[in-house]
Order: sequence, then C-alpha cells, then structure tokens
Amino acid sequence: MSGSLAALIPLGLTDPLTGVLGLPLAGAIALAMVPNWRHAAVLNVVIAAATFASSLRLLSARPVETSLLFIDDFNIYLVVLTAFVGCTTALFSAAYIGRESKTRRLASRHLRFYHSMYQAFLFTMLLALTANNIGVLWVSVEAATLTTVLMVSLYRTREAIEAAWKYFILCSVGIGLALFGTVLVYLAAQPVMGDGAAAMAWSQMVRRAGAFQPDLISLAFVFLLVGYGTKVGLAPLHAWLPDAHAEGPTPISAVLSGLLLNVALYALLRFKMLIAANGHALQPGPLMIGMGCSSIFVASFMLYRRGDIKRLFAYSSIEHMGIMTFAFGMGGPLANFAGLLHMTMHSLVKSAIFFAVGLIIQATGTKRIPDIRGLTTSVPVLGWTFVIAVLAIAGLPPMGIFMSEFLVISSTFARNALLAVPVMLGVLLTFGALIWRLQGMAFGHPGPLVADGGRRFATAHAIGMVPLVAHLALALVAGLYLPDALVKWFQAVGKLLG
Amino acid sequence: MTPADQLATFGHVSYDMAHLIGAVILMMSFGLLYQRRLTAVIRIYSFQAMVLALAAAWQALVQDAPHLYATALIALLFKGLAVPFALNWLVRRLGIHRTVETALGIGPTMIAGVGLVALSIVLVLPVTASAAAMTRENLALAMSVVLLGLLMMITRRNAVTQVVGFMSLENGLILAAVGAKGMPLVVEISVAFSVLVAMALFGIFFFRIRERFDSLDIAYLETFRGERQ
Repeated sequence: MSGSLAALIPLGLTDPLTGVLGLPLAGAIALAMVPNWRHAAVLNVVIAAATFASSLRLLSARPVETSLLFIDDFNIYLVVLTAFVGCTTALFSAAYIGRESKTRRLASRHLRFYHSMYQAFLFTMLLALTANNIGVLWVSVEAATLTTVLMVSLYRTREAIEAAWKYFILCSVGIGLALFGTVLVYLAAQPVMGDGAAAMAWSQMVRRAGAFQPDLISLAFVFLLVGYGTKVGLAPLHAWLPDAHAEGPTPISAVLSGLLLNVALYALLRFKMLIAANGHALQPGPLMIGMGCSSIFVASFMLYRRGDIKRLFAYSSIEHMGIMTFAFGMGGPLANFAGLLHMTMHSLVKSAIFFAVGLIIQATGTKRIPDIRGLTTSVPVLGWTFVIAVLAIAGLPPMGIFMSEFLVISSTFARNALLAVPVMLGVLLTFGALIWRLQGMAFGHPGPLVADGGRRFATAHAIGMVPLVAHLALALVAGLYLPDALVKWFQAVGKLLG
Repeated sequence: MTPADQLATFGHVSYDMAHLIGAVILMMSFGLLYQRRLTAVIRIYSFQAMVLALAAAWQALVQDAPHLYATALIALLFKGLAVPFALNWLVRRLGIHRTVETALGIGPTMIAGVGLVALSIVLVLPVTASAAAMTRENLALAMSVVLLGLLMMITRRNAVTQVVGFMSLENGLILAAVGAKGMPLVVEISVAFSVLVAMALFGIFFFRIRERFDSLDIAYLETFRGERQ
C-alpha cells in the first residue's frame, strides 16, 4: 500500500483538522459498538456537535496546506455549513428515529448500523470538502455514495431496496466517469507538474494550470460534469434522486439534499476553477447553464404530478441544484456570489423542510399528499412552521432564498436578458406547484392523525422542532441582513470561482 | 519528453506489450457484448480481469512503480478469481436465468460498440498529442473499454449482467489509471472500486435482485417513476 492513507493519521494529530475529520471517523467506529440505540442517538448528537465546534476553530486557525488536505476560502464555509447541518440533523434524527423504530419495526442492530453510517457519511463529506488531492476527493465522494446507499435501504421494503439499487448503479457509473475525468486531469497536469502527488494536488495545480494542455482538460471536464453531475442530480441524470430521497429515512433525505448534493457540486466547481485558471480550454459556462436550465425545467414540471410529499421536495432539490449550476455557469462575481448564497440557503431551508416533512409523516401516518390535510388546524405549530418553510423554499421574501434567487436572475438579466427568461419561468412554475400543494396540505378540513404516543412522543416532537426552527431563523436572518464579513467572504470566493 | 518516454514508442517492446495487452482487454469487452449465456459472460469477465492484472504488472515493470503490483494482485485475486466465483455461486443459488436478456439485439450492439471505439480514438488521440505515445494509445483503449462497459449496462436487462457491465467499465478505468505514468493513489482507487463491486454482489444476494423484477429494466422504471397510487 503506498503510504498516502497512512500519512493521514499522524497528520491529524498535529493539525486543527483533526477534530473535523477524526471525530466523525472515530464516531463511526464507536457507534457501531453501542448496543443501545437510545445511547447511540445521544452520542451521535454529541459527536456531531463536537465536530461542529472544531469546524468553528478552523475559522480562526487555518491549518497548513498539505498535498492531501487543505482549507481555503472556498471550502471553509462549506465545512462549517456541513458540520452545522450534520449536527442539527443528528438532533432531529435522535428525536425522529425512536418513533420510527416502533412504527417501522427497525431492529436495534439496524439502528446501530444507521448511527454508525451517519457518522461515516459525515466523515466522507468532510473529507471530500477538505481534500486537496483530487484522487482523495474522488474516493471520498465514492465512499459518501456507499454510506448513503446503505442508509437509503434501511427499511428493507421493496421500494427502499429498489431505490437504493437504482441510486447505487446510477451513481456508481457517475463516479466511474468522474474517475476517468480525474485521470485525464492528472494526465494534463503531469507534463507540467511532474510525476506523483503534486500533479494531483489541486492547490498546486491551479497555480500552474495555464500551462496544462487545454484540449485534455476540456475532455476531462466533460467526463467530470457527467460524473459528478449525476451526483448533483442534474437533469437528465437525476433519475436516482427522487427515489433515494423518498424511500430512505427522513433525516437522510435532509442530509442528502442539504449536504451531499452540495459536496458533489463543490467537486465540480473545483475543476471548473482549474479550467478558468487555464484560460484556453473550453468554456464550462454554456454546458453548466444548459444542464442547469434543463434541471430547473424538468423539476418544475414534474412537481405538478407528485403525489408523495418527500418526492415533491426531492424534485424541488433538483430545481435548486439547477439554479446553482446555472448561476455558477454564468460566472462573474455577482452570479457566483448568488450561487454560493443559494447553496447555503438551500442547505438550511431544504433540510428544515425535510425535518418538517418527517414530523408530518409521523403525525399523520402517510406520505401521500392528498391524504395530508389541514395541518395548520390539526398540528398548529408544526403546520405553520411548515407553511413558512415551504414559502421560504418557493422563494418568497423575506427569506434568504428569495434574495439569492433574485440575485441570480437580476445578474443574469444584466448580462444576457434572454437567459434570464427560462430561469424566471422555472422559478415561477415551481412556485405555483409548491403553493398549490401547500394549500391542500396546510389548510382546509384536517385529516386524521395517528394516535398520539403520549408524553415521550410529545417531547421527541418538541426536540425535533428545535433544528427546524433554528434553520428557518438563520435563513430569515440571512434574508434580512448578511453580515459584512460574510459578504466579503462570498465576494472573495466568487472571484476565485472565475 | 524524457528519455524514458522516447523509448516507449512504437516498435519498442514496452510499448508493444502494453498495446497488445490493452487490445486484448478491449477484445474481451466485445466478447462480453457478444455472449448470450450468463456463465460465458462471467468467464469472459474473469479473463478480462486477469489480463488487466497482466497490464498492471507490465506497467509496474516498465514504469518501475512497484505499488502497481498491488493493483495487479487485486485485479488477479479479487476480480479475476473471487468475483467470478461469487457470481457463479449467486447464479446457482438464486436460480437466475442462464440466458442474457437484451434490450437491443446483439448485432446492433456490436455495431454501436465499434462506433464507440472509433469515437474514443477520434476524441483521445488528437487531444493527447503532447503526451507520451504509450499514454495516448493506452488511454484510447481504456476509454473504449469504459464506453463499452456503459453500453453493456444500457443494453442488458438482468441485474447480474448490468453489474458485469459495471465491473468491465471499472476495468477500463483501472487500465487508464495504471497507464497514467506516475499517478498516485492507484492502489487506493482500486481498493475503493473493489468495495463498490463487493457491495454490488452483496446487494444482489442480500436483496435477491434477480431479473426484471428488481432490476433497472426500462419497462419496470415506467411503473416506478411516479408513485403507486
């Protein structure tokens, strides 16, 4: 074995990254050995919170860059965001999974597996975000796929297994093609950088990317776009996404939408930055704009025919990933700024929506939209929070998503008015679909509720509301006022993205 | 171009051998597309993996990169022996149909395959003009194997043949990676892929994914795309 993986371990001991990567990895191993799922759920929250705390430390003490791992302006905020959503989702999961274990008859060994995989999943995402070596980036995206496949199939129903299998096969092919693209990037870099690790270290490659052979990285980017684009869920490569979101446990839907899609997009953007630094290769913009537009349209039309609440919001994720890809494809400081803001806001709001959806499914006992009625009457607090969350994701002011979508459209309008038309249409179509569906679910004569599980359930329900409200509050604050530091930061990264 | 690169051109043994081995791997990909019987498909896959092991070992020798021997060993033991054994066991144990169901006839598939090989040569050779000749040819062959694997996944209906298609796609990727001179992490990547493959086999067994019932068959996707209502 070449010593690169072994080198990770001593590296971790001297570096502030230790906590961010080491804690979830250790957690994955430790949680596999905790027999009682209640303890495991609490421990899961504690580890995720500790990971979040150490990710905050990265803000002040930036670790030394190595050829394997690095922290720069771009990935640091995604690391913090991922650790934060990972932590709040762990809290939601602790409240959620107990009741699930009764109604869906999950054996305790399944829950042990679930908690262990949850930490393993966080580890792989954080590793992907902090990876400097594009090979490590690929391996961690692959591992993130594997852990989520295992969690999607958790319920062992026919639908869950079908969804997991479809997800597994389609994304395996996707990441296979991404690896081919990675090899091509290495081949483009190797004559300039020399053999070995330097020709795979992103931070070193980007400095000398101008000398890379342009045709080779153009070809590489096409493979990377199709490969990582499958994981982003860009139409027409999105077939796995709605099933995986709908059939897995709801906390997993939340992190899939809120985090994993971001990580895949992040991987793609890293390569886009290489191409931008090269300057002679193909323009990635039109390709990304095209795929972004097709995702926005496919998703917004599909939204009208959904009868399953989780599938509905899975398609909404495809739409939002399309908006982000579109924004980054447009490029330029303003559109990149909008894309980064949208990435953050979508993470927060979409995971909040899935928290709400999980609680709604537990309260009503159904996923079918026509059977969910009058939530604002039957479960007022949850119902109204859900209304706010859906209005936020649909892009109504004053929430953050309104601001980022407005920025995407206005910056596009300033540069190429015709391109803004499809995005605006897509956003309006989605808005219509979501409001139409929301009306039926939130208002009117209330549908029947599942018999209440007593005080313990009420407590769990209240705990589950905490992350939901926290995410929405952050999105609201961001919509009203972005701190100067954050704005400067987004602007700096926007410049890096080219 | 370094002196080592200059040696590795047409007419030199290191180049000719690499080229020959790559071509045999490509032939095996066509064999996979051509076969109608599942046991034969598995046997051809096994042979392809063994030839891949030879390719990795040859590159280890030529590039003087001993870690590639590990890749060769993984290809030989895991992919060449263990995986075919497990697949045969699965086919017997789960009573999977021995004939391959195709979504597209064998003839058209072969023609499409030839087209894909032509496409990869046309795409790869011009863009790698500055790279060493050995890398170029190797990459064109590897990309053909990848695309043929993809074609097999699209045109075959059974879960098992789709998995074989995926594994042969992966053989193409490993061929590309071992051919890229001095590329780090090749061993880790082949381990990561082996885990994927093991998961796929485990999935077939554990979830009893047999033929159309649970596969990625287009006909079946029609019913699953929406919600059952």
